[in-house]
Amino acid sequence: MSELIIKSTGQMISTETIDGDIATLNLGPTHPATHGIFQNILKVDGERILSAEPTIGYIHRAFEKLAERRPYNQITPITDRLNYCSSPINNIGWHMTVEKLAGIEVPKRVDYMRVIVMELARIADHLVCNSVIGVDTGALTGFTYMFQEREKIYELYEEICGARLTTNLGRIGGFERDFNDIFHAKLNAFLKEFPVNFDEFDRLLTRNRIFMDRVIGAGPITAERAVEYSFSGPNLRAAGLDYDVRVMNPYSSYQDFDFSIPVGKDGDTYDRFVVRQEEIRQSLSIIRQALDKMPSGDFHANVPEFYLPPKEEVYRSMESLIYHFKIVMGETTIPAGEVYYSVEGANGELGYYLVSDGGRTPYRLHFRRPCFIYYQAYPEMIVDSVLSDAILTMSSMNVIAGELDA
Amino acid sequence: MAFINENTNNSAVCSVDQYDMLNVNVTADQLIDLVDVLKNKQGFIYLTDICAAHYPEKVGAEFEVIYHLHNLIENQRVRLKVALAESDINIPTLTVHFVGANWMERETFDFYGVNFVGHPDLRRILNMDDMDYHPLRKQYALEDETRTDKNDTFFGR
Repeated sequence: MSELIIKSTGQMISTETIDGDIATLNLGPTHPATHGIFQNILKVDGERILSAEPTIGYIHRAFEKLAERRPYNQITPITDRLNYCSSPINNIGWHMTVEKLAGIEVPKRVDYMRVIVMELARIADHLVCNSVIGVDTGALTGFTYMFQEREKIYELYEEICGARLTTNLGRIGGFERDFNDIFHAKLNAFLKEFPVNFDEFDRLLTRNRIFMDRVIGAGPITAERAVEYSFSGPNLRAAGLDYDVRVMNPYSSYQDFDFSIPVGKDGDTYDRFVVRQEEIRQSLSIIRQALDKMPSGDFHANVPEFYLPPKEEVYRSMESLIYHFKIVMGETTIPAGEVYYSVEGANGELGYYLVSDGGRTPYRLHFRRPCFIYYQAYPEMIVDSVLSDAILTMSSMNVIAGELDA
Repeated sequence: MAFINENTNNSAVCSVDQYDMLNVNVTADQLIDLVDVLKNKQGFIYLTDICAAHYPEKVGAEFEVIYHLHNLIENQRVRLKVALAESDINIPTLTVHFVGANWMERETFDFYGVNFVGHPDLRRILNMDDMDYHPLRKQYALEDETRTDKNDTFFGR
């Protein structure tokens, strides 16, 4: 039996070597199997990994520094680029952080609209992750079909905000425009077609004997260890702990919806896959409930200091012109204070720690990025497994380089 | 709040801010013991976040390290704040209590130069290894200060 030694540097070393013939392998920084720019220096004995040393920061863009110079509404496009697989969640989370700081109450309709958009984003993100697990196990078919479905979600984003990937969606106080008829038609078509195609994808993989043999037991982590590492999101739930920000600290009226939190047992690749599959179904159910119960009302809060007036008003009324000028030039006054606000991003607890000194820009903004925090457990999860499992572990943890490096 | 006062000899300043968050200001020496009590007796088993902030005008307390802990059973959050002087920017590491503090502290070190005493591997994490300053400190302007083509008198910070 081999034994694991944890060195003082946090590096893990396996004692067992086959013939003392150890190779060093550079996995990354640009390797197609890592789905992002990060490097792992692996010590391997044949196929078996003896130690791993991750290096990150290749696409660090100094968002926290940039944010200290930008007015609040101009920070939204920065948040797009954190987890770019589900930008709307980041955008809306940021808007809600500012709303909490400024004490803005939004209408119920905005809450429900936001829930629909955020759950669509969650579906898109989980689809990418799960279909990529398929690709890494050699099942390319599901990937091609699920990316068509993701495309439909992007078309829905286009109807709401005009953009597809980096959405810059909504505004502080609500949405830029109401859901239009084309959006409703496309969403209804999506809700009808997607479950059929998704079930087909599910049948391709979830109970497929070859797939199960491949992923069960790959990259496991226990619940205790996952909490020690501050895991969150599907990866923590796959390990068996039912922490979900949507339920623990409901935001945006999530308490109005009936949904369950899927939980895994072993925290391995298969559990992470199945948890995400089930979360997609729950998200669909939340979207349907939100559509059914959609309250009437306005699609934005009545906060002229933060919400741009309609353009034609700017030319006709004095107040609108003043507010328009103040918002565009970033001269809106905002209270001093500090806020921690978190939403359930597709990868876990996405937190915003915001310190305002009353100035036009944040004094300090820190993003609690779930990827960054749980990726440090990666060496521990792959040491003593084989190289191909390491690739699977990485794709099933859904490490997004943009979120990792901020 | 009572247990915090008991364990810090009433020297910690506790307050609940207008956003219902329990804020606790502690000194660097009290931190480890307080976190030990919070984690092992009060159920704050989840370390949400570690970050720092720089307040150059507060002489003797230029830096602040901010910890967010979460009690997942009672759903209570607490924010611990430790003020540090620029001349003595040392604070004990939390990696003894939370493995996950490792990279969070490395990030804080990288951007603010906070020295986490006892950290197993305190290296830069997001910036280049040969960088010789800590970029989120306020003395480093985002833009090149020698630029003359851009006048920010009215709308710059």
